[in-house]
Amino acid sequence: MSGAAAPAAPAPGTITGAAAPLRSRRLTTWGLAAPLGLAYAGFFVAPLLMLFAVSFYADERMTRWGLDQWQRFLLDSFHWKVVADTLLLGLKSVAATTLLGFPLALLYRGASPRWQRALLFVAVMPLLTSVVVRTFAWIVILGREGVVNQLVLGLGLAAEPLRLLQTELGLVIALTQIEMPLLLLPLLSVMARIDPRLLDASASLGASPWRTLFRVTLPLAAPGLAAGCLLVFASSTTAFISQSVIGGGRLVYLPAMIWQQAMVVANWPFAATAAIALLVSVSAVIAVIAYAGRVAAGHAHG
Amino acid sequence: MRMAKRRSTGELSYSLVMNGLAILALLILVGPVLVVLATSFTDSRSIRFPPEGFSIRWYELLLDGSRSRQIHRAAGNTLHVALVSAGLATLLGTAAALGLSRLAGRAGRAADAFLMSPLVLPGLAFGLAALMYFTLLGFRPSLGLIIAGHLVVVAPFVLRTVGASLSQLDPALLDASLSLGASPLHGFRRVTLPLIAPGIAAGAFLAFMASVDNVPVSLFLSSARTDMLPIRMWGMMESTLDVRVAAVSGTLVLVAFLLMLVMERLTGLTRRMRG
Repeated sequence: MSGAAAPAAPAPGTITGAAAPLRSRRLTTWGLAAPLGLAYAGFFVAPLLMLFAVSFYADERMTRWGLDQWQRFLLDSFHWKVVADTLLLGLKSVAATTLLGFPLALLYRGASPRWQRALLFVAVMPLLTSVVVRTFAWIVILGREGVVNQLVLGLGLAAEPLRLLQTELGLVIALTQIEMPLLLLPLLSVMARIDPRLLDASASLGASPWRTLFRVTLPLAAPGLAAGCLLVFASSTTAFISQSVIGGGRLVYLPAMIWQQAMVVANWPFAATAAIALLVSVSAVIAVIAYAGRVAAGHAHG
Repeated sequence: MRMAKRRSTGELSYSLVMNGLAILALLILVGPVLVVLATSFTDSRSIRFPPEGFSIRWYELLLDGSRSRQIHRAAGNTLHVALVSAGLATLLGTAAALGLSRLAGRAGRAADAFLMSPLVLPGLAFGLAALMYFTLLGFRPSLGLIIAGHLVVVAPFVLRTVGASLSQLDPALLDASLSLGASPLHGFRRVTLPLIAPGIAAGAFLAFMASVDNVPVSLFLSSARTDMLPIRMWGMMESTLDVRVAAVSGTLVLVAFLLMLVMERLTGLTRRMRG
């Protein structure tokens, strides 16, 4: 730095040449971010590094190093199926939340400011009621004597109660509500910023509403949609309690496997291996979604 | 007039399908919350909808100090952890957001992506990592460890709301105060802080709620003595489907609703969450 002539520690606000305030600004920048950075280093980065290290223990008593747990995980097709099922569950949740959430976002775009506030409140409200509470609600709704079955039986649509709990269909329905706020928040903010004249132009040039939706609105909303899908995917693939309570014991996803191995079987190295599999596979899909969002946004603007 | 054009089947199908799906979305968002509330006032020993009879017996049982002691302790732990971790996250997160707001370009984006990453990383993997880390370092289970784990998971909420408030701040205001001779600290206290205060409050609230709601970290770090409410509720749902789960849920829904109304008044919370 050219601040050799500057005093060692310039008092804040005293101006002693051009370099000094710049330097003190840079120092405050990092100084302000340092406490949180240190907390992340100690409580976030270090534990994750430890997770990697533990997965390379060969035996569950953690006495020698080796790739045994990785071999065990990667060479068993059952584990691959669990990984695939977990990712598919995430994708199904993303599809279901988008199918319902996007039309709601369109409704929001066209609403008056008063209604927009009400809709936003409704979208956020479930987010602030605990995930466990929302999971519990779906037990009441999907159970044998639940709301859905009473409706179905009452209307004579089926002779006996439908089995919805402990099925993947039931789980995806529940996750649709549990995760939808995560989709809506970024989506609504992008929707509110779309210039209505673009949609009017499309309509007045003779495009049908469907065509306007797919050719104008959807590409313009892509960044928000991608951000929302990303959060829904991340959250639904790691939603242990919803998965185990609504999905039941027969549906095995990675979170249940990790929990079981760590807390019941007490095989930490294998649990660590499964956790890294979750980390890597989820991150890979998230990277693809983020990339798709950027590409779509690029098309819309150029 | 454009409106006078005949409505084609395309327009009709469009509004039918889109409005239908939007209404279904609203129903799915709100319905379960109402179902929980209604169920918690049942008079029956089983959980069923519509509830049989109306009573507050499950709330009375929930408030009973001796018969619901475990739930009370879990709720106390949860509140304690949420207050401390959200408090710390607000302090450290606001400072970090202030620091990062001056950082432009690649370094700023990288630092931001790193600090926001707990939001998208699988929480369960982090929870397990935290358990192994603290145990292998020789720590016994304690609320302090849970606070450390929650701090990382809830800090992104503060970073996001404070960062958004700072990005809307007109730098000319601060420059004006500095050029009028105010010290940077004075300028911060009298200009920046009042303008970003609602963002800080909204972030603190969201961090608090995220901690109360957290499952992945508490799942691994809590123990019999440091039980957390969501984990206890999970236990109650798994074993006998205790009707008190409905009463706890009803209480949480009402508290969240009231807090949200207050925060909406004070900080325009939902606008901030929309980003």
